[in-house]
Amino acid sequence: MSQHRVIVVGGGLAGLSASVRIAEAGLPVDLFSLVPVKRSHSVCAQGGINACNDVARQQGYSEYEHFDETVYGGDFLADQHPVLEMAMWAPKIIDLLDRMGVPFNRTAEGRRDLRLFGGSLFKRTHFAGATTGQQLLYALDEQTRRFESEGKVTKYEFWEFLGPIVEDGRCVGIVAQDMRTMQIRSFRADAVVMATGGNGLVFGKSTNSVICTGAALARCFRAGAWYGNPEMIQVHPTAIPGADKLRLMSESARGEGGRVWVPRKKGDTRDPKSIPEAERYYFLEERYPKYGNIVPRDIATREIFDICVNEGMGVDGKNQVYLDLTHKDPDYLTRKLEGILDIYEKFVGDDPRFTPMRIFPAVHYSMGGLWTQFVKGSYNPAEPRKKHASGTPAPIDWKVGQGMLHGAPTNMMTNIEGLYAFGEVNFAYHGANRLGANALLSCLFDGLFCGLSVANYVRDGKPGKTPASGMAAQAFDAAAAKEADRMNRLLGTVGKGGDASVNPYAIGKELGDEMTAACTVVRSGPRLAQCLSKVTELRDRYSRAVLSDDASWTNQSFSYSRAVGDMLIAAEAMVKAADLRKESRGAHYRTDFPTRDDSQFMKSTVAKHDPATGAVSVELQEIDHALILPEARTYGKKS
Amino acid sequence: MSTATKLDPAAAQRAANRKSAKAGRTVIFRVKRCEGPGKPSRWEEFKVPVPPGANVISCLQHIAANPVTTQGARTTPVVWDSGCLEEVCGACTMVINGRVRQSCSALIDDYAPQEGDVMVLEPMSKFPVVRDLWVDRSRLFHNLQRVKAWVPIDGTYDLGSGPIESPASQGTRYKLSECMSCGCCLEACPQFNLEEDKAAWDTSFIGAHAISQARLFNEHATGAILKDERLDALMGQGGINDCGNAQNCVKVCPKHIPLTESIAAMGRAVTIHGIKKFFRGE
Ligand SMILES: Cc1cc2nc3c(=O)[nH]c(=O)nc-3n(C[C@H](O)[C@H](O)[C@H](O)COP(=O)(O)OP(=O)(O)OC[C@H]3O[C@@H](n4cnc5c(N)ncnc54)[C@H](O)[C@@H]3O)c2cc1C
Ligand code: SF4
Ligand code: SF4
Ligand code: FES
Repeated sequence: MSQHRVIVVGGGLAGLSASVRIAEAGLPVDLFSLVPVKRSHSVCAQGGINACNDVARQQGYSEYEHFDETVYGGDFLADQHPVLEMAMWAPKIIDLLDRMGVPFNRTAEGRRDLRLFGGSLFKRTHFAGATTGQQLLYALDEQTRRFESEGKVTKYEFWEFLGPIVEDGRCVGIVAQDMRTMQIRSFRADAVVMATGGNGLVFGKSTNSVICTGAALARCFRAGAWYGNPEMIQVHPTAIPGADKLRLMSESARGEGGRVWVPRKKGDTRDPKSIPEAERYYFLEERYPKYGNIVPRDIATREIFDICVNEGMGVDGKNQVYLDLTHKDPDYLTRKLEGILDIYEKFVGDDPRFTPMRIFPAVHYSMGGLWTQFVKGSYNPAEPRKKHASGTPAPIDWKVGQGMLHGAPTNMMTNIEGLYAFGEVNFAYHGANRLGANALLSCLFDGLFCGLSVANYVRDGKPGKTPASGMAAQAFDAAAAKEADRMNRLLGTVGKGGDASVNPYAIGKELGDEMTAACTVVRSGPRLAQCLSKVTELRDRYSRAVLSDDASWTNQSFSYSRAVGDMLIAAEAMVKAADLRKESRGAHYRTDFPTRDDSQFMKSTVAKHDPATGAVSVELQEIDHALILPEARTYGKKS
Repeated sequence: MSTATKLDPAAAQRAANRKSAKAGRTVIFRVKRCEGPGKPSRWEEFKVPVPPGANVISCLQHIAANPVTTQGARTTPVVWDSGCLEEVCGACTMVINGRVRQSCSALIDDYAPQEGDVMVLEPMSKFPVVRDLWVDRSRLFHNLQRVKAWVPIDGTYDLGSGPIESPASQGTRYKLSECMSCGCCLEACPQFNLEEDKAAWDTSFIGAHAISQARLFNEHATGAILKDERLDALMGQGGINDCGNAQNCVKVCPKHIPLTESIAAMGRAVTIHGIKKFFRGE
């Protein structure tokens, strides 16, 4: 086995957990990341990570209910078997993180504390202060560093992934570029795991980090990997509007009792604290008496949007509503939410312990991503069950492999053999809407559970007989040369004049504005058609792009400009899929088709790119819904 | 106001600036530029319109999209490092108006409230410059290897939960664990110097950042298994004895990590460890 290697692209939670798991299985790992892995976007996650736990279990909660909530929360678009396996493993994953030293908040007795999160009536969210993602990422970063110090993981930080190398339908390596020296070269591998996270930058400003362009996904897409449910983009209900970024106000602010409201009287300019209770409109509580402020994200987002855009009731006539914590004890808030409250104070200047925050929805997460496969596990009821009644006994207990067959080589493999997708970059688990605190879980689950699949594939699959290290150099050299050509063509435009219309930054900004306006909270056929022609226009302008820096050393603006080209292609897939889905489901809401249509659309959209023509097409594909019967997703809304 | 703001006079000044900030103004950015290792540095100035809520990064983004100097000359976009834009990843650290800090959380209203005010941006000086404001901080991560900053678990198999821990102990560790490896404490430290020769890293001063991380893992029940190895690392050349106790580090730490407390705690532990070793005849 010594000649085999695995490449992991991305050092967020998914990439690091995969690296640790694969290295532990005895395969050397080459780990690529745009940034030192400790600075990956996962560091931003604030709220927590979901898992069934002993307290909730004794109150009637179960792994099965977590599974049921996730499928229901995703509006029945996710393949169900993988979700089942993920929920089943969740408590074990928390235990492992605990052993790694994650400082989870503790109860008086010294056990792990829990909080309430959207989409559940049970406390099932584990957290470490208000920086859970940071704490989990650091724990995995530390374990990776340990393997690195033993020579089992080799890091390539500040390297940019440019594309997979596919030979005879099998992925055998990647092309990457050193962002400092600008050297482009190929790397061989017997399997490649993409763990490159989300793509918020397609929408311009979002809650994502500045590196979340999704270009890595788009590069796989261009190389023939399918893109599943590209239209499913989560808009988070509560973000802080900002000049460079829309900073997230975590859902835990609502979980800890935050109340969302606007003044009952339009254009009421009084100081919020002087507005009496009776003159405040707590619209989530009134419209959803059962869940109140903790309705899932898509619902909260649409209601806030409705209040501001349709009803014109936004605070000060702007697109903003109050998220109010001032009724809570300030010390309690400091203890539970210090990190996120500090962010608000730092960037806005008001202290949310004493002044209601002003928030508005922002693009946050991509449920869609590289299409992946799986091998079903052993739980296969004769008939799908009805939605699980909350708090009732689970039909099945924990056992390995009921949802997915543990170690099956194709688990989370894309349609390209040997090319895997883990974490936010795949389309699994979350369907049409992700529940809060389920993303960190899916990233870790992919790495830890499906990491074994990668090891098994390398050992028992084609690489077992023909390792990439023994293949002819030609394909590798050609792939690197093609990328060098692409770079030289773009750099050759520097100094060629050109106005703003061919400035890649301007093109990127226009793309973001258009996608936000047409393809987020509210969509319609005519508006999407308009958006598609805008994207086509931008693609045409991009083909004539003129860059501003031809430095052959650390050329950041070149790297961004190249990514804009990839973002445009991903955007086209999103718009086309949103147009094809003539219904409303989860995060995807169409004014011209406002209801869910299971008979036609309880299916994945799968986008494909034709490398010969550059054309993007989208088709529908059956999903696995053998476990739970779909039912209307209302969260008890009062009509 | 958070307690941090109350105690820090500079923070109070920033808050006052914020209140008096003029809407619709332009601010001058003086940026120290360098095309790469071994190349000379030069200064360039940019005029940047400042919308409400602007910070150093949003202004650098403006410059990247319009790379024209105050003199009207076209230049290359300024290069800098950034990630989260929420002061949680540590990437965007630089020296702003003479003080090291994160550029994403540096609000222009706080620093340059009036028309024509100047913002001065420089790269950190204790790490080699890659280009412009971007420096290479690999040494900082290397130092985490020096002190074995991890919990030596038996692997990822299901072996039950971790040790029970009191809320107080969790509180201590959580605070230390918020360190984002930004390097502010090293930039400010008189004992921590630029070292481009990797071979010399293991014997050069390790700095407050890694000392505090060693403490974090020594405080964990399983992490403490490697306690002696961490103390050995801190006892050697470039270890804790090089700290001159100037306490600059703790003043600039954006996460308010109790660095001097960590240094004191590790100093004591190293002394005891040394005595034990002496009596064992090692
Ligand atoms: C503000 C915020 C708060 C959140 N809070 C929560 C929460 O409380 N709970 C929850 O469950 N989820 C939360 N999420 C979602 C969750 O954080 C993400 O879905 C998750 O962290 C993604 O992890 P990942 O490993 O897939 O990718 P990331 O952490 O995004 O890592 C991607 C990696 O890929 C690398 N990369 C990308 N492109 C390239 C390329 N071209 N070449 C080389 N490397 C590349 C990057 O360098 C990085 O290392 C939150 C998200 C945001 C934005
Ligand atoms: S106390 Fe020690 S580590 Fe901190 S600045 Fe002073 S010399 Fe440096
Ligand atoms: S201790 Fe503070 S200043 Fe030093 S690296 Fe960590 S966060 Fe930065
Ligand atoms: S960009 Fe992450 S700390 Fe500033």
